[in-house]
Amino acid sequence: MPKLTIDGQEIEVPANTTVLQAAEMLGIEIPRFCYHERLSIAGNCRMCLVEVEKAPKPVASCAMPVGEGMVVRTSTPNVLKARRGVMELILINHPLDCPICDQGGECDLQDQAVAFGRDHGRYAEKKHAVRRKNFGPLIKAEMTRCIHCTRCIRFTTEVAGVPDLGGIGRGEHMEIDTYVDKAIGTELSGCLIDLCPVGALTSAPYAFRARPWELKKTETIDALDAVGSHIRADSKGGEVLRVMPRNNDDINEEWLGDKSRFAIDGLMRQRLDRPYIRENGKLREATWDEALSLVAAKLKNTDAKAMAAIVGDLADCESVAALKDLMTDLKVSNLDCRQDFAQIDPSCRAGYLFNPGIAGIDAADALLIIGSNPRREAPVINARIRKRSLRGGFPVGVIGPKMDLTYKTEQLGESAALLEAIASGAHPFAAKLKAAKNPMLILGMGALSRHDGAAILASARKLAETCGVVKEGWNGFSVLHTAAARAGALDLGFVPAQGGRDVKGILEGAEKGDIQLVYLLGADEIDMSRLGKAFVIYQGHHGDAGAHRADVILPGAAYTEKNATYVNTEGRVQHTRLAVFPPGQAREDWKIVRAVAGAIGIHMPYDNLSQMRARLCDMNSVFARADLRQPATWGAFGSAGAVADEPLKTAIANYYMTDPIGRASPTMAVCVETFLSGAEPRTGTHG
Amino acid sequence: MLADKDRIFTNLYGQHDFGLKGAKSRGDWDGTKDILAKGREWIINEVKTSGLRGRGGAGFSTGVKWSFMPKEVGARPHFLVVNADEGEPGTCKDREILRHDPHKLVEGCLIAGFAVQAHAAYIYVRGEFFREAEHLQAAIDQAREAGLIGKNACGSGWDFEVYVHRGMGAYVCGEESALIESLEGKKGQPRLKPPFPAGVGLYGCPTTVNNVESIAVVATILRRGATWFSSFGRPNNTGTKLFCISGHVNKPCNVEESMSIPLRELIEKHAGGVRGGWDNLLGIIPGGSSVPVLTKDVCDNVLMDFDALREVRSGLGTAAVIVMDKSTDIVKAIARLSYFYKHESCGQCTPCREGTGWMWRMMERMVSGEAEIEEIDMLDEVTRQVEGHTICALGDAAAWPIQGLIRNFRPEMERRILARRQARL
Repeated sequence: MPKLTIDGQEIEVPANTTVLQAAEMLGIEIPRFCYHERLSIAGNCRMCLVEVEKAPKPVASCAMPVGEGMVVRTSTPNVLKARRGVMELILINHPLDCPICDQGGECDLQDQAVAFGRDHGRYAEKKHAVRRKNFGPLIKAEMTRCIHCTRCIRFTTEVAGVPDLGGIGRGEHMEIDTYVDKAIGTELSGCLIDLCPVGALTSAPYAFRARPWELKKTETIDALDAVGSHIRADSKGGEVLRVMPRNNDDINEEWLGDKSRFAIDGLMRQRLDRPYIRENGKLREATWDEALSLVAAKLKNTDAKAMAAIVGDLADCESVAALKDLMTDLKVSNLDCRQDFAQIDPSCRAGYLFNPGIAGIDAADALLIIGSNPRREAPVINARIRKRSLRGGFPVGVIGPKMDLTYKTEQLGESAALLEAIASGAHPFAAKLKAAKNPMLILGMGALSRHDGAAILASARKLAETCGVVKEGWNGFSVLHTAAARAGALDLGFVPAQGGRDVKGILEGAEKGDIQLVYLLGADEIDMSRLGKAFVIYQGHHGDAGAHRADVILPGAAYTEKNATYVNTEGRVQHTRLAVFPPGQAREDWKIVRAVAGAIGIHMPYDNLSQMRARLCDMNSVFARADLRQPATWGAFGSAGAVADEPLKTAIANYYMTDPIGRASPTMAVCVETFLSGAEPRTGTHG
Repeated sequence: MLADKDRIFTNLYGQHDFGLKGAKSRGDWDGTKDILAKGREWIINEVKTSGLRGRGGAGFSTGVKWSFMPKEVGARPHFLVVNADEGEPGTCKDREILRHDPHKLVEGCLIAGFAVQAHAAYIYVRGEFFREAEHLQAAIDQAREAGLIGKNACGSGWDFEVYVHRGMGAYVCGEESALIESLEGKKGQPRLKPPFPAGVGLYGCPTTVNNVESIAVVATILRRGATWFSSFGRPNNTGTKLFCISGHVNKPCNVEESMSIPLRELIEKHAGGVRGGWDNLLGIIPGGSSVPVLTKDVCDNVLMDFDALREVRSGLGTAAVIVMDKSTDIVKAIARLSYFYKHESCGQCTPCREGTGWMWRMMERMVSGEAEIEEIDMLDEVTRQVEGHTICALGDAAAWPIQGLIRNFRPEMERRILARRQARL
């Protein structure tokens, strides 16, 4: 551990620390543009120059490893002069368009120009400008503002793992470019906006919508995938204008998938802002009283065996718990939260969680991916796998379709039968898992939602046990959910009660007429045409498939509009916070369920959020501890049966539209057109 | 004056065969096996004692550089990289070596490679040197055929391969770490140091990067002895050196001379003197475009070596002597160099990317006089904002000529500005 002195303060730091990091440990701030903790060191902005004793010239502290006995000075007149010089040079070709720049107010360059800039410019020559560039529908590129810190290049090549961005040209004609005028093809492209220290890369959908000081900032949790990324929702005038990631090393580090970041314009479209009742085949606006009394009458007068409830992918735990209480009271046993037919066994918590945790990927040293495409199902987790993969010594086997996961994988085949072969040790990949200290297995919904999902689950469990994926002190069995509501609903036991039907059974029953009433809590992903003549109550926030089929619509709140609980794929209980109020007459979902119960004459034992949360804890003690991942005990799950020798599929074909919010979002529609339909404009290399 | 018997490059002017037969007749490849048999310790020590300083411009001791390589070859192989990306304006010495004496280089590669325990040498040849690369390749092929390199090179038991890589014309690729990047197939941009190439170089492996001339003289030094080599020049500035004399002289030429030869003697003996006589001299850039210009009074007595030129606030650089007589528009000449550096800046780090353009544009105004007197000081300040703040030395190289101009020819710059102002009135 080398000891060094920075500005007269002595500090001992681990070897390989840089001077800048050591200074940071002492609370000494060194200005920087190109340096970023999670990217490789470029050392090109030259803003972080410091004086090191015995060095002939100022040294870039971001790239300088500490040395024993080093004496560093960070604020001598010489250092300040050097930084002022660099600042002036950065500014000579930077346009003076702060008033119309979206970065204004949260711009590193602005802030540092205040500290190190001159009060006037000395540059009398012509400024240089860059032709407008197309970086796709999500990123607005104003490259005249670029200061060439190359954070964006390093992010796309290192973290996102796509070679789409690079520097072309030389000297002052160097430009950051996609080479062939194409959209940046990564699901994490929005992170470039956060990384860009100036206004060169800004959010295209958010362009000119607001200034940062006008925004109300709410720290909350994302619900558009099962990762539970920490986000900050910035709102103005009842509208969430943008979503940005918050740092959380255990979950999303500081990245966020494009869907979670950009689908939010869907929150203002297709909203259900008042109750509706279907009359003569048409939905008409109704009052809450009308809707509730109709729902109450139907629930009271239908036989319990002919009623069913399905929980959708965005439902929060509070509403799931309330709905479960209501259904239990009504003796309804046909409950399910697995609208994709995933045959998850709810009896053992370890059987449906991402047990090692997302941060556990860092500790893993072998990985088998079964029927999952983490790049589409959870881009942030995929970036984490890539990060681990880059460190080397990390064989990744894939059972499923061929796909580009941005890191090196070994395509073992597509058939689910391979699971048995690996479990029995016959397949060579078994040896790699066994040789690893912390092997991991990711089981996707593509595998579990198949007709033989329960058998696949059992054989994955067998594989985990025989190949050392689960052992003393390590559980590498990871189920990668695609729905934010899933793990929470399973924790609350929203699955068929004794003798009840699951989603498949409910749909079959509805087709036959055995099921006469279906309560959909935000469930939009089932085939509505299979609901037959059943009376459909839809509670949710978007006019999507469920609302179109509904006989009564109870307008609920989206994840940014309520203080709610979600459990992510790791089993981590997290709370969202209300950023804006639900539109119109829409209400928080658990209150709607409680009102329905009240209309029937059932008294629910909770009147406010804290009582509601206490009820959650009663139902499952994991809810008592928020934000902490609670390890689950291993047990037996899955059911014996033959695994069919059929190719595995993955769950998500269209990353941008997996839920009603994404389907309502114009930005996501453009993304689908750009990235998935193959209709991208021709590039410069097309003749 | 250097005696003919003491010249290392005896085919500098290409009168003789550049091939293996000709090279052998000039003494190359003579007893190479015996040299290698003396061991790498001996070779490195001998090169250290000879006082050979890198001929690429920085003048770092070649022997010391070699001794920075790890003593034992670990998991990563060692590499020798030869910098033949000679692009410094005014410099054309490596070109002549590649063209007329490539075997000196190939033999030097083997010895240097053996000394740093490398089994492969990569020679990065400037893209424009097309015929030169052909000659070099021919020499390598001849040497391989004759068993001088390849498996069991010269019967020494050391396997050694030499590869030629042709550059694409970027000046900055002559900077050693940018050269390594380019060799790896990446964009030629200098790397941050530390780590230095001796620790992390080509493909992340320990690498020594040397100039063509440094490597080409090694075999002769070892054959004739370190003391022979160090008998030329002054202490710490020993040996013989190729000088490239261009500009306003009667006979521009490349010539091998002893280090520390007086500049005036060098020009008058070998280049036929300054056009119009010594008194017609305006200034001399003594070491390629990167070093500050010298005025005539300095040129009168200065010695051509690293230390003497540093004392007069210039440098030996590549020893490319650019002579300018009184007909020269010195401001325009330096402005042209500024344009060169602006054009060749890689664009990686801020001061150089932004500063070279700014300096060039101001220099252009200085040429026409469309400037203010105070802007001369500002220009000087800008050069100091660039100098020493960049990743590689290109920023320094862009700053120094302008600093030299302002230091030595400020009255001329002011005169123009005033003349322009008068003309406007």
